[in-house]
Amino acid sequence: MDLSYSNDQTMVRNMAREFATKELEPIAAEVDEKGEFPHESIKKMAELGLLSMTIPEQYDGAGFDFLSLAIAIEEISRACGSTGVVTAVHNSLAAWPIVNWGTDGQKQQYLPKMATGELLGAFGLTEPNAGSDPAAMETTAVLKGDRYVLNGSKRFITNGGAAQVFIVFARTDPAAGTKGITGFIVERGFKGFSLGKHENLLGLRATANCELVFDDCEVPVENVLGKVGEGFKVALGTLDVSRIDIGAQAVGIAQAALDKAITYSKERKQFGRPICEFEMIQAKLADMATHTLAARMLVYYAAHQKDSGKTRFNQESAMCKLFAAETATFVTREAVQIFGGYGYTKDYPVERYYRDAKCMEIYEGTSEIQRIVIARTLLG
Amino acid sequence: MILSESHQQFKRELRRFAVEVVAPGAGACDVGGAFVEGNVRALAERGYLGIPWPKDLGGMGLDYLSYAVGVEEVSRVCASTGLTMAAHTSLGTYPIYKFGTKAQKEKYIPRLARGEYLGAFGLTEPNAGSDAAGIETTARKTGQGYLVNGSKRFITSASYAGTVIVAASMDRKLGRKGITCFIAETRTPGFKVASKERKLGLSGSDTVELAFEEMLLPPDSVLGKELDGYRIFMETLDGGRISIGAFCLGMAQCALDTMVEWFKDRNMTQLEQKALSDVATQVEAARQLVYSAAQFKDADIRADKQCAFAKLFASEVAVWAAGVAIDAIGPLAVTDRMPVARVYRDAKLGEIGEGTSEVMRMIIAKEVLKEAKETL
Repeated sequence: MDLSYSNDQTMVRNMAREFATKELEPIAAEVDEKGEFPHESIKKMAELGLLSMTIPEQYDGAGFDFLSLAIAIEEISRACGSTGVVTAVHNSLAAWPIVNWGTDGQKQQYLPKMATGELLGAFGLTEPNAGSDPAAMETTAVLKGDRYVLNGSKRFITNGGAAQVFIVFARTDPAAGTKGITGFIVERGFKGFSLGKHENLLGLRATANCELVFDDCEVPVENVLGKVGEGFKVALGTLDVSRIDIGAQAVGIAQAALDKAITYSKERKQFGRPICEFEMIQAKLADMATHTLAARMLVYYAAHQKDSGKTRFNQESAMCKLFAAETATFVTREAVQIFGGYGYTKDYPVERYYRDAKCMEIYEGTSEIQRIVIARTLLG
Repeated sequence: MILSESHQQFKRELRRFAVEVVAPGAGACDVGGAFVEGNVRALAERGYLGIPWPKDLGGMGLDYLSYAVGVEEVSRVCASTGLTMAAHTSLGTYPIYKFGTKAQKEKYIPRLARGEYLGAFGLTEPNAGSDAAGIETTARKTGQGYLVNGSKRFITSASYAGTVIVAASMDRKLGRKGITCFIAETRTPGFKVASKERKLGLSGSDTVELAFEEMLLPPDSVLGKELDGYRIFMETLDGGRISIGAFCLGMAQCALDTMVEWFKDRNMTQLEQKALSDVATQVEAARQLVYSAAQFKDADIRADKQCAFAKLFASEVAVWAAGVAIDAIGPLAVTDRMPVARVYRDAKLGEIGEGTSEVMRMIIAKEVLKEAKETL
């Protein structure tokens, strides 16, 4: 594995970091507090190509590799965890499945507009009664003439309240288990589609996390994504890719917490010296930095597996998501601790990192699920 | 240890009170950030703001263990209320009870115990956190009393308090030996609430910055003796740590309650069984440490180590248990539909307030070695 970055990757990092520092960091606390979707930031990111990382150039995308995408998401998340996941969901959960499984017509119709940010994407798999077990989904799709009629609901959908295009999974054959699930591209304007409850979240609050409701929602047959009955494969294949980006998001949050903790520990004086001179603080910083780098390497390794054309990389992507999310939780908890009473206030960003990080252990597969995925790959 | 029948009964009484009176508003005070004033009044009406003080001073005449159990049960449903209760009793009232003159006790304890006054404790400053002896607030002796100048930070309940125990230096050159504690009435001219903190959690508890500008305290406001302040606040903090332990225990129990509620009608996977059993075990271990520290207090044995054990362990268990509960339950647990997301935010204070975990470890290491030398 080549550990050097290509020119493109370096360019992406510099560009994303400059943008994130200048545009995202100053407003991150405010969008978190208000739970306000960062529409303006998204527009600016589209101009920089950050919304079309996975979209090929022929569809007006930037056409970058997955390591570049991971790097971009890491840098964005370092400034604002919410914007990090918004970007990840659009690129890898919404645009990428169309790139990978879409028909020419679907690609022509959706990808150029997704590349410019005119259409923001979301991914609807989870349901009230189907979280870790997506095969238990209850949303149905029944073919009537030239359209499918969807009924049911999806919950905890990142970007849900802000997106225009949704990759939605529904049961087309109730008797066929996981082989009876089909993917669809659903537009916000389709008849029978509406938004449900907006979630008030612990962290990642600026992500328009929302319930989607399908009440006789009409979806044209040409909006079936992949083959009928192969939706489960599409969903899991998409999650294998997107978990790399969730790992990258976690690394970004952990890095931000580490950076802030280092700076603060040098400035804060107690007992007549900077607290960074105390061994208990030094040990914390050392563990935080070691875990963060290890998480980053796992993320880059998983992205590299994907970029090198490997078709099965679910073990690597589960490992990087599991480890990076737990690292972010650990590192942000220690960062608040180093800041002490100040860390508990909203005067510093570490309390936000602490809240954001915890959410990362939950979505796109809980840590428990990642462990089971990893174990299955080990046991064959 | 096993709670006695009367302690168990008191625990059930507090549980009922907490569920019926405190729990309904717990989510709202967290979202709105409004002080839990109604809950404080309800605690006062039932005597729960003076559990461990003698009846002739207006208290309930119960022991410290009962008080710890009370804080646990209240914190189990609303940590903001539990913290307010703990800070009032252990930090705002205890030092007067323990170190005050007869006149000070008779003047303040009944009012505090009945909740006419809320009590607060002002030690921490912008530049003196873990290094509490490094306080910069000064007290200068004058003909009429003491002129106090300086500021305090992260002071619980102070905007609603009637009294604040204020630590001030009478001679910076003397370090910890130059510190005196005062009972400051908050209506004293020169006492000012400078700003209110916006926090990660415990939004229903009041945390403020205080500014003292030429605050003249009368001669009889000295708590204990002049220059004895360091010893007073250190001993106060030791006892306070039992109640912070109980506060954290209540939150950890809330995490366990949430898991039990979630899993009781579900088939559990083995990993879920592991999560639930680990949380239950750790919570019980924390409970034993908290209760045992309270028993030392009731036996009037100074037990810095046990207090530090209780606070260190229970706070780390609370943060961890909330995290495990969230992981086990999934997305619902990071929304406001369940109390555990709130606990995850609230509990983090346990590792910081009234001595960080790092300070607890310093105390424990010192005490362990001291005991070893004494037994040799």
